[in-house]
Amino acid sequence: MNRILDVKTRQLSYLEQSAPVKARFERLKAREVILNVKNLDKIFRSARDETTALKDINFATHRREFLCVVGPSGCGKSTLVRILAGLEEQSAGDVLLEGKPVTGPGSDRGMVFQSYTLFPWLTVKKNVMFGLEVNDHGALESERQALQWLQLVGLERFKDAYPHQLSGGMKQRVAIVRALATQPRILLMDEPFGALDAQTRARMQVHLLEIWRKIDITIVFITHDLDEAIFLADRILVLSAHPGEVQELIEVPVPRPRNTAQCFSPEFIATKARLEELIYSAETEDESDYPVVPRLTEAADNVE
Amino acid sequence: MQRRRTWFQVGRPLSPRARLVCAVLSFVLPAVLWCVVSYVPFVWHPQVLVTQPGSVNYLEPGMRMDKAAFLSAAGEARDQRKAVPQGVPANPIYLPSPDQVASAFYTAFTTAPESRDGQWLHQSLWHSIQIIFWGFVISSAIGVPLGILCGAYGAFSRLNEPFIEFFRYLPAPAFGALAVAILGIYDGPKIAIIVIGTFFQQVLIIANTTRKLDATLVEAALTLGTRNSQLLRRVVLPGILPDLYRDQRILLGWAWTYLIVAELIGATSGITWFITQQARYQHFANVYAAIMMIGIIGVGTDMVLALVGRRLFPWDRALVKNE
Repeated sequence: MNRILDVKTRQLSYLEQSAPVKARFERLKAREVILNVKNLDKIFRSARDETTALKDINFATHRREFLCVVGPSGCGKSTLVRILAGLEEQSAGDVLLEGKPVTGPGSDRGMVFQSYTLFPWLTVKKNVMFGLEVNDHGALESERQALQWLQLVGLERFKDAYPHQLSGGMKQRVAIVRALATQPRILLMDEPFGALDAQTRARMQVHLLEIWRKIDITIVFITHDLDEAIFLADRILVLSAHPGEVQELIEVPVPRPRNTAQCFSPEFIATKARLEELIYSAETEDESDYPVVPRLTEAADNVE
Repeated sequence: MQRRRTWFQVGRPLSPRARLVCAVLSFVLPAVLWCVVSYVPFVWHPQVLVTQPGSVNYLEPGMRMDKAAFLSAAGEARDQRKAVPQGVPANPIYLPSPDQVASAFYTAFTTAPESRDGQWLHQSLWHSIQIIFWGFVISSAIGVPLGILCGAYGAFSRLNEPFIEFFRYLPAPAFGALAVAILGIYDGPKIAIIVIGTFFQQVLIIANTTRKLDATLVEAALTLGTRNSQLLRRVVLPGILPDLYRDQRILLGWAWTYLIVAELIGATSGITWFITQQARYQHFANVYAAIMMIGIIGVGTDMVLALVGRRLFPWDRALVKNE
């Protein structure tokens, strides 16, 4: 409490929410819980030692919530999302999707990876049809739905192209609708825009919010880009490193609908300051690793 | 200002023209070397082809002999003021000139076999091709599925690969006598040698190719609800297909290298029979022509398969990059 008052005298606190934002969060929390993570531990054991990647992770995500997970490198955010996807097994604790424990990968949880994971031997349309076909939808029905999904991301013109013919942004758009086509309850995204250039990434963020607004999907989005997290998220789960623990679950006070101009708003700046405080305070010891570079030019030859 | 392009820079791709020039040179340079050795009299030519025996009674026209021996014979004749033998510098009979080999490419097909039960060249070649074909088909029928299973499942890999790793060091020809004892002297043991020579490498190579499949593709498929039983057919197989095809092309080349050894086992047959026959009658131009034909058939098949592959796998990135 002390801290809030302290910060308030100088600038807006990230904990302060305007009335519409507060109302939005109340409505959000009133919705049913989709994903519930309880006392989750992950320990990697090798012959010589064991590393605790995640320790006692607890959080709940409501239907149609947009949750971002941030943390310093090595905090286990990727491990967390892989456990949620069922690609890795937790050492202890539970992951409950609509109350049912997750035991392995399944089409009720879609996933978009950072690396482009479209099947290179399938055309764009066939890629989107893949999930439908393995879940025993008929070929005709799969094709009809795939075309609709492609229309949603504006790529129906490229339905017969192969993935290698697409740009990075287009590939990830296809990957998103491929994951959405099986109508999962939750979409897991592991730094999906990490490999994209800054402009494409900004456009993809806007586009993703647009998709999220229009369909019934809950998103868990891993990123190390704090601006991206604030721009996209309802709430941000901040992890610490070694071991990965939940530091804070921040409710982003930036009002919706979001736009790029908001990154200069006081709410945005306050939230970012808080995130930096949480994440970079843990990394300060790294800075002493960088040495002072001795001067190798003449004394008068200055560039600054 | 245009930058000077250098042909020798690490990691720098050549221009298409330079690539073509190099590819042509790779054939032209050895051919030029061969021409020089064959047609320039003072290069090598360690022997003399006698044209006029002169007074030396042990010489005959058309006889080849060492230059030193000829010179001493000629010197002796000159000292005794008798007719001096004449001759032209020549290479040993086992090195025919390019034009002789070139014409042999045609005449080898038109020359009737020396022995009555012998085969024409085209029959020999066809027989060899059949041996290779069946050897490769039998090896692939077992080796490809086994290799994929080994690459996909750790249990298969550990169950098979240690033994195969050991077995592949055993030289295939060593099984020749055994193969004859079991399969007779005709085509059976020859096909068996090709199979033994190809199969074990095939399993290991294809297992490796399968293991190199991007693991996130499998993970992506799993998160889309793919069942374990569907993975092999829907992800692993199509994912490795272009590389598998490339492996098979390389392995087919290896199968050819076992051909001669295989055909020597039991009753000599096929192109090997042709080559040994022609060598016995000292028709070395035909021998070279036959050896080159093996190369031409091998490279020709590979080029056709490469073209077919480009059609079959339009998504293949390795091909796209080269274009």
